[in-house]
Amino acid sequence: MGKTVAEKIFDAHHVDCPSGDIHVISLDAVFCHEITTPIAITDLMERGKDRVFDPSKIKAVIDHVTPAKDSKTAMQGKILRDWAIRHGIKDFFDIGRNGVCHAIFPEKGFVRPGFTIIMGDSHTCTHGAFGAFAAGVGTTDLEVGILKGVCAFKKPESIKVNIFNSANNPPNSGNLPKGVYAKDVILSLIGQIGVNGATNKVVEFCGPVVDKMSMDERMTLCNMAVEAGATSGICAPDMVTVEYLWQFIKDEYTSKEAALQSFSKFRPDNDANYFKIIDMDISSLQPQVTFGYKPDQVKPVSQMEGTRIDQVYIGSCTNGRLEDLEIAASILQGKKIADSVRGIVSPATPDIYSKALDKGIIKIFMDAGFCVTNPTCGACLGMSNGVLADGEVCASTTNRNFNGRMGKGGMVHLMSPATAAASAIKGYIANSDIYLL
Amino acid sequence: MKNFNGKVLFLDRSDINTDEIIPAKYLTEISKEALKPYLLEDIVLQGFNQAKDIKGKSVVVTRDNFGCGSSREHAPWAFEVNGINLVIASGFARIFRQNMFNCGMMAVEIDKALLDRIFNLFADKDTAVETDMDKMTFKFIADDLIEIVPFTISEYDFSLVKAGGWVDYADKNY
Repeated sequence: MGKTVAEKIFDAHHVDCPSGDIHVISLDAVFCHEITTPIAITDLMERGKDRVFDPSKIKAVIDHVTPAKDSKTAMQGKILRDWAIRHGIKDFFDIGRNGVCHAIFPEKGFVRPGFTIIMGDSHTCTHGAFGAFAAGVGTTDLEVGILKGVCAFKKPESIKVNIFNSANNPPNSGNLPKGVYAKDVILSLIGQIGVNGATNKVVEFCGPVVDKMSMDERMTLCNMAVEAGATSGICAPDMVTVEYLWQFIKDEYTSKEAALQSFSKFRPDNDANYFKIIDMDISSLQPQVTFGYKPDQVKPVSQMEGTRIDQVYIGSCTNGRLEDLEIAASILQGKKIADSVRGIVSPATPDIYSKALDKGIIKIFMDAGFCVTNPTCGACLGMSNGVLADGEVCASTTNRNFNGRMGKGGMVHLMSPATAAASAIKGYIANSDIYLL
Repeated sequence: MKNFNGKVLFLDRSDINTDEIIPAKYLTEISKEALKPYLLEDIVLQGFNQAKDIKGKSVVVTRDNFGCGSSREHAPWAFEVNGINLVIASGFARIFRQNMFNCGMMAVEIDKALLDRIFNLFADKDTAVETDMDKMTFKFIADDLIEIVPFTISEYDFSLVKAGGWVDYADKNY
């Protein structure tokens, strides 16, 4: 019997099987941010175990509230900063060099095919876009990861999601319909399988549409796997993965083909056993928008058109990357957002911000009337930089529409950057198709 | 081991997420105790009264996919500092479930039909649970109404409950 990507990665990292179906695996990377790590650090200190398993495999960033907004968040940053210095953690990203964890860590080349990664953050599943097993964990698992470089999981079964477009000619060209993006694909999938549809499972994305996707798009796809309950999203490594990573791995391999050959050991076998296989034809998919307090409550934009909004937020680990800003800017170019709407854009990393400046994208946003913030997670979870007031509505490119998520009493409608940009101009939820050539 | 006995708080809804259990704005707290007043502050649940309904409760009985969303261990901690160490449901989100056992608390799955029966019999009554860790049973009690519900947890999960959590276990074994 062949193996899935996750099974191959688990086999390559086996440490122990303490009982039944529990597998302790070794970790290639432990990612940390200032919200969930400080309590782990404090607890380790109280236990007299203030150690790290390997400072080169620990990466840390201050991203959720940055710059610090008050004494408490300043202290969280300080605990993380002091700890990084104390243990010689060189890959620590502080203000000015910091970005949203799930955007900056891949950008720095810290994620490789076949890696095992944990972080005290549920959207860690994003990094599966590189053919890694990457799982969000709580503070205790993080603490053990920091201390011992291991984590325990049930060996997850995988759900294969084969994404194709039957309207394409030739049939395997993998093109998305006009105005439809990776965000719409994943929202549609979550709507189909539900917020519990992949609990304890890995979602392995494949098919012509995924093959054609850039790494930015694959990260958007994998990022929201957890909204269906998945442990990790995964895209098998291919030449797109190699091209993205090449600047970091060119000294390790003689050629890109050699790198691909090496990474191919983490591609699934043809006869791998899946818990379920979902064939997803996106030929008639429309842009998707959420309507309730759960990410599986999605409708085509045509049914949401005209919904009042107070704020538009473009950013986050889901959709704050360069391609996302480019798409939104292509719609906003030469236009103003509605007077009734507050527009906020947060490029996810300093590098994305800088490139967006060079390409004139930031100017387009500013001319349209957007506020451009520094890279941070803040608004997405109602911590800073764009919190909603009671009764306000936000059109958002983030990943969660939970009650109170972006501020107590606020309503969040999740959508793609294109739909968010079109909605900003109109002042209500709108389809981007009228602005697309 | 922690206490797994006491009065029941029924939360009759599936997909209750960790933002509802403890909103993100409280994640800036460094101490677990500071989370105490904010438990279930943003829950969407008809008739739920945060100020009255939590006090004196030690066990939560709820529906499916409990604890979905964020990985925040602040969710189990917010229960713990309110004296609640046991959640019974027909299903849990993976991270929440693991966080509970990692803290030496219990997230126990029981069959949906059995859960329906418990809700039907007890949800509108002043109910208590007695947990027998040797026999692996929950005894639901409301006046003279008694229902014994068997449960299973894995040997590994039980070892975490006995050890009081995963940190010491892992440091000793790996």
